[in-house]
Amino acid sequence: MTGILETALRDKRAAGRKLLIPYITGGLAGWQDAVRAVTAAGADAIEIGLPFSDPVMDGPVIQQASQMALEGGATPVSILDEARSLDVGIPLAVMTYYNTVHHAGHERFAHQLIAAGVVAALVPDLPLEESGPWCAAADEAGIETVMFAAPTAPDERLPRIVARARGFVYSVGLLGVTGERGQLASTAASLARRLKAITDMPVLIGVGVSNAAQARQAVQVADGVVMGASVIKRILDGGADAAGDYIAEVRAAIDE
Amino acid sequence: MSLMAEPSATGRFGEFGGRFVPETLVPACEELEAAFREAWVDPTFRAELDYLLRQYAGRPSILTECANLGEQLGIRLLLKREDLNHTGSHKINNVLGQALLAKRMGKHRLVAETGAGQHGVASATAAALLGMECKVYMGAVDVGRQALNVFRMKLLGSEVESVQSGSRTLKDAVNEAMRDWVASVETTHYCLGSVMGPHPYPWMVREFHRVVGDEAKQQCHDLFGDVPDVVVACVGGGSNAIGIFSGFVDDRSRLVGVEPAGGAAVGRGQPGVVHGMRSYLMQDEYGQVLEAESISAGLDHPGVGPEHSYLASIGRAEYPSVTDAEVIDAFQLLARSEGIIPALECAHALAWITREAANLRGSTVLMNLSGRGDKDVAQMMDILSR
Repeated sequence: MTGILETALRDKRAAGRKLLIPYITGGLAGWQDAVRAVTAAGADAIEIGLPFSDPVMDGPVIQQASQMALEGGATPVSILDEARSLDVGIPLAVMTYYNTVHHAGHERFAHQLIAAGVVAALVPDLPLEESGPWCAAADEAGIETVMFAAPTAPDERLPRIVARARGFVYSVGLLGVTGERGQLASTAASLARRLKAITDMPVLIGVGVSNAAQARQAVQVADGVVMGASVIKRILDGGADAAGDYIAEVRAAIDE
Repeated sequence: MSLMAEPSATGRFGEFGGRFVPETLVPACEELEAAFREAWVDPTFRAELDYLLRQYAGRPSILTECANLGEQLGIRLLLKREDLNHTGSHKINNVLGQALLAKRMGKHRLVAETGAGQHGVASATAAALLGMECKVYMGAVDVGRQALNVFRMKLLGSEVESVQSGSRTLKDAVNEAMRDWVASVETTHYCLGSVMGPHPYPWMVREFHRVVGDEAKQQCHDLFGDVPDVVVACVGGGSNAIGIFSGFVDDRSRLVGVEPAGGAAVGRGQPGVVHGMRSYLMQDEYGQVLEAESISAGLDHPGVGPEHSYLASIGRAEYPSVTDAEVIDAFQLLARSEGIIPALECAHALAWITREAANLRGSTVLMNLSGRGDKDVAQMMDILSR
């Protein structure tokens, strides 16, 4: 059965819309306001970060946001509690590192997500070969596990990643960690194109999609974009409203 | 079959190990595993490495009998002198192996993490010798307390990046080295410094340090025709311990890995996943990784190599811990009684031996003296003048 996130993304794509998923670090001061602001500005789903002490896939901006949230006392439990009351009307996913899941226990974590109204999970340090036990528990509970595909993957690997993916396929835009770059890497389009050729599941480019112009460029090939560091920078500099204004700008650019 | 055989196809030692890395790095780990597997059975590669270990690193390292301290403690005390290797620690065994392997794979840039600076210096040395580029990540706190090693790395032509993120110690240096590798994987080899990280590192690094245990076993046999009763080594990530344990794991010798009280991953941790592996890990109730705190930068890791977790879980090795105060005493004790200044890391092993001396009376104890203490002299001068 197709999950809530995948169904929502497929329906919007079928209606001719390009998909936009902002990432927001849970537990940052005012993060719920930021979720509401980017929803109002045209987000199609939200990726809520559950901050981890050792975020190896993240660059300085998201590292800083994670550290601020942790120093503010945020925990996976407190963030999921706060997520429960969001009621924004679009699918919520969480992004976290595997030790958060492992430590809670697979079944327990899946049920914590369900109880918080979260429908999907992204775990960037849980590659295909290690994903079996978590994915089984997630499937059982009805949580969609988004899988990452990277530019380094040989052709034979991509179909196996796609087969395991639920919700959408996360097409990693470049070789490197999250953070803003001067231009969209050439790998972004080439990997998305390789994925689009083998699946009709939504393919979104994330990591290194840094502004409205790059997002517009990315959706020429992909079904949509995930935007993280550039959103967090707006929140840190200007609060929820700045994030909302920014997502409205991106929305307009990809709708053109 | 040896208790320390090859890990499973998924890189497991029992339920520990694995390959928990971002998708970007999976092909690189697979490529490294295949390259190591091929090189390790290739006589040409082995001869090349053996040549460097003998002609450059100074192997075999000697076994020193500590008559004075042995008599004082009521034991027969033997030291495996890895401190006499070129660059002053066991770390050179691993980096020469990995640097040769990287070149064989067509990669000419190394990145490395370092805590006390020993692995960073060794990596910088191998890079200089083999004409490679090298960047070493070191926590800002450690850069402060190991200034001489920072300068050494620069003298050797390496770049040293002071890591400002997180707790600004060894675990953050690992994170930063992994982030670099994610971005540079096509041209760069991550020269990981301990028996940690994603498969194949824990296995590969153990094999590069197996020479320590193999030599020590032969030297013990030549000296007294038997294996020691007890084999002791300090454990941060656990590379020097795994090296010497590998020589005796299938014998009757008791194996003891000594952790710092402030970084007792096996002693106080629970299974967790960080830095690419599942192993015992110090963490809070939500799985956030705790900061290790010890007098010795080289042992400041909240986790431990997965094979140590395995050896602990099956009861084959034990992992007690010692306090900084006990370590300071042991450091001075070896200097005064034997004229050997140990690295603070190894002083942990000696601290356990002195504390347990009454229970060890009459036994033969082999300790891995994995590094020399020159790098710690300034820090000790500071501590002892307080």
